[in-house]
Amino acid sequence: MTAAVDKPHSHGAVVPEASRAEWFTSYDVAAFEVPSGREEIWRFTPMKRLAGLHTGAEASGAASVEVDAPTETTGITVETVQRGDSRLGAAGVPADRVAAQAYSSFTAATVVTVAKETQVATPVTITVTGPGAGKVAYGHLQVRAERFAEAVVVIDHRGSGVYADNVEFVLADGAKLTVVSIQDWADDAVHVSAHHARIGRDAVLRHTVVTLGGDVVRISPTAAFADKGAEVELNGLYFADAGQHFEHRTFVDHAVPNCTSNVVYKGALQGDGEGDTAAHTVWVGDVLIRAAAEGTQTYELNRNLLLTDGARADSVPNLEIETGEIAGAGHASATGRFDDEQLFYLQARGIPEDQARRLVVRGFFHELLMKIQVPEVRERLEAAIEAELEAVGA
Amino acid sequence: MATLEIKDLRVSVATDDGPKEILKGVDLTVRAGETHAIMGPNGSGKSTLSYAVAGHPKYEVTGGTVTLDGEDVLEMSVDERARAGLFLAMQYPVEVPGVSMSNFLRTAATAVRGEAPKLRTWVKEVKESMKELEIDPAFAERSVNEGFSGGEKKRHEILQLALLNPKIAILDETDSGLDVDALRVVSEGVSRFRASGESGVLLITHYTRILRHITPDFVHVFAGGRIVESGGSELADQLEAEGYVKYTGAAEAAGV
Ligand SMILES: Nc1ncnc2c1ncn2[C@@H]1O[C@H](COP(=O)(O)OP(=O)(O)O)[C@@H](O)[C@H]1O
Ligand SMILES: [Mg+2]
Repeated sequence: MTAAVDKPHSHGAVVPEASRAEWFTSYDVAAFEVPSGREEIWRFTPMKRLAGLHTGAEASGAASVEVDAPTETTGITVETVQRGDSRLGAAGVPADRVAAQAYSSFTAATVVTVAKETQVATPVTITVTGPGAGKVAYGHLQVRAERFAEAVVVIDHRGSGVYADNVEFVLADGAKLTVVSIQDWADDAVHVSAHHARIGRDAVLRHTVVTLGGDVVRISPTAAFADKGAEVELNGLYFADAGQHFEHRTFVDHAVPNCTSNVVYKGALQGDGEGDTAAHTVWVGDVLIRAAAEGTQTYELNRNLLLTDGARADSVPNLEIETGEIAGAGHASATGRFDDEQLFYLQARGIPEDQARRLVVRGFFHELLMKIQVPEVRERLEAAIEAELEAVGA
Repeated sequence: MATLEIKDLRVSVATDDGPKEILKGVDLTVRAGETHAIMGPNGSGKSTLSYAVAGHPKYEVTGGTVTLDGEDVLEMSVDERARAGLFLAMQYPVEVPGVSMSNFLRTAATAVRGEAPKLRTWVKEVKESMKELEIDPAFAERSVNEGFSGGEKKRHEILQLALLNPKIAILDETDSGLDVDALRVVSEGVSRFRASGESGVLLITHYTRILRHITPDFVHVFAGGRIVESGGSELADQLEAEGYVKYTGAAEAAGV
């Protein structure tokens, strides 16, 4: 967008108050203080709208989790396990109180395992339906890709209510896992979710978050490399309307050498309103390159397209580099108004204004949609973007 | 027969010091079958004239009229003007990331023609036009103007001219920044468009060299936001020899 200034540079990103390396983590909610909302990690979040997830709200309902695995393939196991299952928690430890609350509160977890050397072409769809309006639920999901397994997993969140969960991705050596997590909640829903990925040697995780609906949605995807040669893509696409708060906090932890990470989050915001009634999105992108992580290659980008006045997009890249021996590190962040010159150009070729606007917005998301290699998922997202644009008659 | 009639057109732009009048009463009539060249020094308001006729929101019309076949152009939205038969080849074509050239061309053709062109004939039509303009077919899948060189952008403006086939085409410095080869290709494209005799061309240029490929029926000298002299193609020769000094008081070459 021409209204925005691109600031790509290889250093000089804001360093967070406390190094990401020193963040406190615990599975136990009691180990965290109740946040006031002034803490760095909560400062953008409307705490009043969290329905007590951060103050110890007890479960008053349950979300339903349905796994639809392609029938023609063997090698996919779906289990419902109890809290004590030793595999749980393998991908990461909660780093904030709500994630710890979810970890301390879920009663049963779903574990989906893709057996070693299995290639599953058809997506595995996991549908998570909220507990219903006014109800609070906690959940836990773990997806395991064994050695050299390849699979696509779509996690589809829908329905009403308040839901906090941890989602784990455990990638063994050489695994290739594509994840698309769609948050297409009803207007009342509150969803606070921590995704934890642990990526084995030479494994590849392509993780895409798509947030389209809900009152407050806050997703914190963390990717940690367990061994060399691995790659992660963290992609995100969000479309916020008036009154919606969508927050995405990505963290890539480079602790081992020769890994690659690429973060691309793009959002569109629309709808009139002020304060809590405006559309608000937040992207915080932390990347930590620890001293041992030589040969790291990382890039992160966030772009926001403001379709109407009043919408607010916060964009905070944090890049911490503890070694000089990296292959490359950079970030770019830009938030811009809709580009009137593009609109004029398209209209000057006879294309009516509403159609021209849609072309530009679709174009804005195009690069991200192309990264989603599953046609049915991509088509569904295209249709969803179309529907978002229809909704305001843009 | 199509006629674009511009009468006493006055146009302002908003500046930090308030509105600034740039066009100070432009009178011009372009009929189908005619080619008019507008020549003038930099900053004389040539692009302002073309943008104002196309309806760019930055330019405020403060007086005068513009009609196409008697219809009030100034009342129309930008896209309505294009669908009514006006076309502006821009001096600086705009990049639209993520929108493929082929999608853009088809969407524009559908809008201007009032129905989606039949896929088979359309593909052929686009291919042929691209070939005539020596555009690599791979451009069809690239984002509109994104990363195109100056010459590639101009070729694509003429590609759009060919496919949208307007009644009146305004070409704003389409020749600027082109090498000899590209100038030939682009000029041939404009000549093919002219050949039907059913369209009018308003060719805006700073230099005379494109007029060696495209002979205008009328030449107008533009200075200080107005047409200050009109004549036949011989006026271009005079400008080539003498420059704009006579009209601006300052030496500025019109040759080459
Ligand atoms: N948006 C604008 N704001 C201020 N001045 C402008 C703007 N657009 C054009 N102008 C001024 O109007 C005059 C004519 O510009 P333009 O139409 O681009 O001239 P030309 O195309 O003949 O070179 C110039 O002095 C230019 O600086
Ligand atoms: Mg100009």
